[in-house]
Amino acid sequence: MNYFPDEVLEHVFDFVASHRDRNAVSLVCRLWHRVERLSRQRVFVGNCYALSPEILIARFPGLKSLTLKGKPHFADFNLVPHDWGGYVQPWIEALSNSRIGLEELRLKRMVVSDESLELLSRSFANFKSLVLVSCEGFTTVGLAAIAANCRFLRELDLQENEIDDHSGHWLSCFPDSCTSLISLNFALPLETLQNILMRAPQLVDLGTGSYIHDPDSETYNKLKHTILKCKSIRNLSGFLEVAPRCLPAIYPICLNLTSLNLSYAAGIHGSELVKLIRRCAKLQRLWILDCIGDKGLEVVASTCKELQELRVFPSDVLGVGHAAVTENGLVAISAGCPKLHSLLYFCQQMTNAALIVVAKNCPNFIRFRLCILEPTKPDPVTMQPLDDGFGAIVQSCKHLRRLSLSGLLTDRVFLYIGMYAEQLEMLSVAFAGDSDKGMLYVLNGCKKLRKLEIRDCPYGDKALLTDVGKYETMRSLWMSSCEVTLGGCKTLAKEMPRLNVEIINEHDQMEIGSEEQRVEKMYLYRTLVGPRKDAPEFVWTL
Amino acid sequence: MAFDKELNLEATELRLGLPGTKESEKQPTIAIKSNKRALPNFNEESCGSKENSNASHLIQKRDQEIASPAKAQVVGWPPVRSYRKNCLQLKKMEAEAAGMYVKVSMDGAPYLRKIDLKVYKGYPELLKALEEMFKFSAGEYSEREGYNGSEFVPTYEDKDGDWMLVGDVPWDMFLCSCKRLRIMKGSEAKGLGCAV
Repeated sequence: MNYFPDEVLEHVFDFVASHRDRNAVSLVCRLWHRVERLSRQRVFVGNCYALSPEILIARFPGLKSLTLKGKPHFADFNLVPHDWGGYVQPWIEALSNSRIGLEELRLKRMVVSDESLELLSRSFANFKSLVLVSCEGFTTVGLAAIAANCRFLRELDLQENEIDDHSGHWLSCFPDSCTSLISLNFALPLETLQNILMRAPQLVDLGTGSYIHDPDSETYNKLKHTILKCKSIRNLSGFLEVAPRCLPAIYPICLNLTSLNLSYAAGIHGSELVKLIRRCAKLQRLWILDCIGDKGLEVVASTCKELQELRVFPSDVLGVGHAAVTENGLVAISAGCPKLHSLLYFCQQMTNAALIVVAKNCPNFIRFRLCILEPTKPDPVTMQPLDDGFGAIVQSCKHLRRLSLSGLLTDRVFLYIGMYAEQLEMLSVAFAGDSDKGMLYVLNGCKKLRKLEIRDCPYGDKALLTDVGKYETMRSLWMSSCEVTLGGCKTLAKEMPRLNVEIINEHDQMEIGSEEQRVEKMYLYRTLVGPRKDAPEFVWTL
Repeated sequence: MAFDKELNLEATELRLGLPGTKESEKQPTIAIKSNKRALPNFNEESCGSKENSNASHLIQKRDQEIASPAKAQVVGWPPVRSYRKNCLQLKKMEAEAAGMYVKVSMDGAPYLRKIDLKVYKGYPELLKALEEMFKFSAGEYSEREGYNGSEFVPTYEDKDGDWMLVGDVPWDMFLCSCKRLRIMKGSEAKGLGCAV
């Protein structure tokens, strides 16, 4: 291939879209590495501390779209202290000082300040798309800068961020005509909803956050008329405060909806939800609360034949009440929705028999995340652990990439996972297993494992240290409330200098700690740039 | 104020906490979402201390529930994002505190009453409460004949503005559609299935 001009190679590489394939391409030879990196436009950085902005900019001068992830996944559940890190500011500064023409920025679990957003809005003339998921640190002041300064903004997607100010005034900073805007995914109050829709009638994605309590009021009529104009809407989310009697206003667009997020609509009863869903035959993605019940899920199964992704969240978030869905709802879904490949399911209980049926009905699962609300709950019918049920899932679903376990589990489930889950990339484990063998089965067997997160399991130094080289093939490992000791972590850090082994020490126990002392929280990840300089006091990089 | 100690107002204060618990002193630090609704009217039957605003009362109650030792709370479990937890928890508190108050009128009575439908688990409880409040008897309910053996019939106005017999639809559906209640006198209620 040496006699092909670079342009030809570049043209061929254009057909290679996924960043993983492009990474593979870049390893073939120096020539390919050079051509690939100069033509690469989209880059995915799964851990912002694995490299520095300078390295990124030097390698990919043609960068247009950057995805960055910061905190470990368990930070979502309050297991990582505030101020741990994950700041986007250095990245935006470095990019703005370079000649990179950034057009898209997607951030997950990062700290984003108003200053960062303002700098972003002023630095890139062609900036088109901002996606912030589970981020924090900014207010509507920063969002106003984005709305006002990014003339070509097409997409603004804000999901589950901690934003301090909920006033809608920043939305008026959008220019009079945002013909480029096709996606606004966050809660919009009704008055601003109408305003935006007048300026951007071609919207495809829409979030709503209106409060409407009286269906005969003018507000309801306004909503009805506003919605009728939105023939293009395919994705709908929000409903934070809509009273159930106002749902019929949404009916006209249900037929075209491919994505519906009702997971914040706590005030809507199961029967009303079902009436709405019956009209959404084209749904591919549904996020819902468990108050829909098993019966409601049966309706979903019979209506939504195109369903690919389902998430059922608990309406009782303290987790001590009774979830309204059981294994029956899941079995119904698996029988009725043949295209289902992604699942997140919070439920009261699960049986091995049900999991075996689900595995048979849906061999195409890519993501399977099951959360039985009560930790270590066994199969309620047989009182057995759920090893066989999950074993059936991994054996049947040959393309499974992500798995979250729950319920009563022994080492045996990990034996199955190590044996069968050949494509598994991410595994989440809590309150499971009997001995180090469990973790070792997984580390030995899952060749494609990239992220492993474990909490409250009896794995210690033996499991941690048996195959230290493995961790350089992975993005990260999280272990909290396990049996690993300070000595074990120190040994690991010493043997593997290209890993950052961070101990999160919240209570000052480690100051004069002995080697045998248990480590409460450990997070390790591979990196090109050594220990990070922005670590707070309570994070100790060994 | 000085005379508080003598009058022991604390002992008679109505609060949202369980009897015997003391409300926590510390102020909540979590940002409260803006509540566009006007404060609901608390009549004398519900709790409310004059000093506390609606929202901070709710946050204190939530803090109490979260700290309650009676329920075994595991940190970070269930694995639900704090953003989602906060949203749903706040909504739940608002809904519980606000209640679902509807007017109740009775033919012949000089003034109306108001009741919170949310406190009742179903029709039997609701009817019993109405009977006690207005001193009447509703009789036996059957799907075919309505209320048998009574001069008075409980009815409600639904969201379409129609007057319906209480008891025909499932309780949840009734909660969603009931705008007000009216206890009709038998002679007027003939069409609704009152077998007098």
